[in-house]
Amino acid sequence: MTHVPLWAQLINVLAALLLLLAFAMLAQRRVLTLINLFAAQGFALACSTAIVAWATGQAHLYGSAALTLLLKVILLPWLLHRLIRRLDVRWDIEGLLNIPTTMLIGIVLVVFAFNLASPIEQLASTITRSTLGIAMASVMLAFLMMITRRKAIPQVIGFLAMENGLFFAATSATYGMPMVVELGIALDVLVGMLILGVFFFQIREQFDSLDLKHLEKLKEGE
Amino acid sequence: MNASGFLSQLLQLGIALLLAPLLVGWVNQCRAWLQNKSAPPLLLPYRTIRKLFLKDAVVAATASPMFRIAPYVVFAAMALAAAIVPSLATDLPFGRAADAIALVGLFALARVFLALAAMDLGTAFGTMGARREMFVGFLAEPALLMVLFTASLISGSTLLPTIVDTLAQRDLAIYPSLAFAGVAFTMVSLAENARIPVDNPATHLELTMIHEAMVLEYSARHLALIEWAAALKLFNYSCIGLALFLPFGIARGSADAAAILGATPVLIAKLALGGLALALIETLSAKMRIFRAPEFLGTAFLLGVLGMLVNLLLGS
Repeated sequence: MTHVPLWAQLINVLAALLLLLAFAMLAQRRVLTLINLFAAQGFALACSTAIVAWATGQAHLYGSAALTLLLKVILLPWLLHRLIRRLDVRWDIEGLLNIPTTMLIGIVLVVFAFNLASPIEQLASTITRSTLGIAMASVMLAFLMMITRRKAIPQVIGFLAMENGLFFAATSATYGMPMVVELGIALDVLVGMLILGVFFFQIREQFDSLDLKHLEKLKEGE
Repeated sequence: MNASGFLSQLLQLGIALLLAPLLVGWVNQCRAWLQNKSAPPLLLPYRTIRKLFLKDAVVAATASPMFRIAPYVVFAAMALAAAIVPSLATDLPFGRAADAIALVGLFALARVFLALAAMDLGTAFGTMGARREMFVGFLAEPALLMVLFTASLISGSTLLPTIVDTLAQRDLAIYPSLAFAGVAFTMVSLAENARIPVDNPATHLELTMIHEAMVLEYSARHLALIEWAAALKLFNYSCIGLALFLPFGIARGSADAAAILGATPVLIAKLALGGLALALIETLSAKMRIFRAPEFLGTAFLLGVLGMLVNLLLGS
């Protein structure tokens, strides 16, 4: 067996951790813990980006790592914490499916994502190409989280987690996107978060609840 | 197949049979220390077993032969498992008798016999305990198989000695797949050995017990065998965990007698640390409701599958 260098081991471990955190978010019942898990996922992402930057000498990846750290570990969780304090929503999340079923669907999605990624991996030439499957799996798990959750805040966290997965996919397939694109996405996510925050207040004012099933009806009084 | 193989086989079986009650005593003592209680003597399990062997057995009038046979079957299954699991050396004549999947089957055999014996008398407690045991067992078994499959994928064989041999000679590195499998295995072991998040080994409260409810009708030598078998089960699970995830210091290949004897203190030290870790887990966690067990074991299964998938993807 050939010896695997330490940085490659670390990237693999962080990728596995990212996947594990995606599953932990899928299974989590409490909103507060969900936000902390999201921050932890952002931290793992920032670490792995920094390690890729160090291993490949791509200086702009340091910028991406710093951006991730600032935005997804500090700013967005802080905003979310502030939001749920203001909205006073610390209740347990009720999913549409029970947790073991969601987990099993999650496993199927991971298998699907790994299969999907394997031909792309063979074409890619980056050192981190084997983690592409994990990146796609975390995108799909975040999708699943958005689908199975009924309340607004977990859905938004699912959306942000999906962005984490996409970012990881970009890093592992092509050493990240150009800095302009990354800055644009970061700004988009931030503004999206702010707008959704305003939305939450509107939804609650209208329906006295953050349950999105109220939005499924087109007319009132049916 | 040679003299040293037989020596290691005999020594390993002897150590398992003799030290299993000591491991239980050690875990109980550590737990008492951690909970600020005065600890029971370390050798208490031996005394209990001796006391039970000296007593006269009482068997209910409605008991069928099944009830009498079950303790012997359970004990034999656990003793055979102790001979298969490579704890001291990997050159085991018995190792070729059964692979990892058959080992899981052996544990299942013991479980089925114990559950049938518990249902045999038709008491409410026994039946309830048996049902709960099978409930936990059917959830734990796939997770255990996934953990073993992860290890088999790495070594390309389901024979436990080969697996441990391969794992022991790998480079010292971080393997995410083994980390997943290790956590999954810990969770499964807690459930299978009737430990705290799933069952409470120290209670006789009717609503919380699983294992204790099944063996409530047994007395004297039958109970002694069952208690000894339970201790052996804990010992076996600890040895599987140590062999798969911390295989350092095990005598590999056709080692000589000195290497096998040298592996013994290493094994005892590892078991002592493992027992301490088990006591720590039991102290830190609270017993969950029985209907939370599917979630707990579902997570273990998930981690096992993830370990396998990550191993396929990352090749490590």
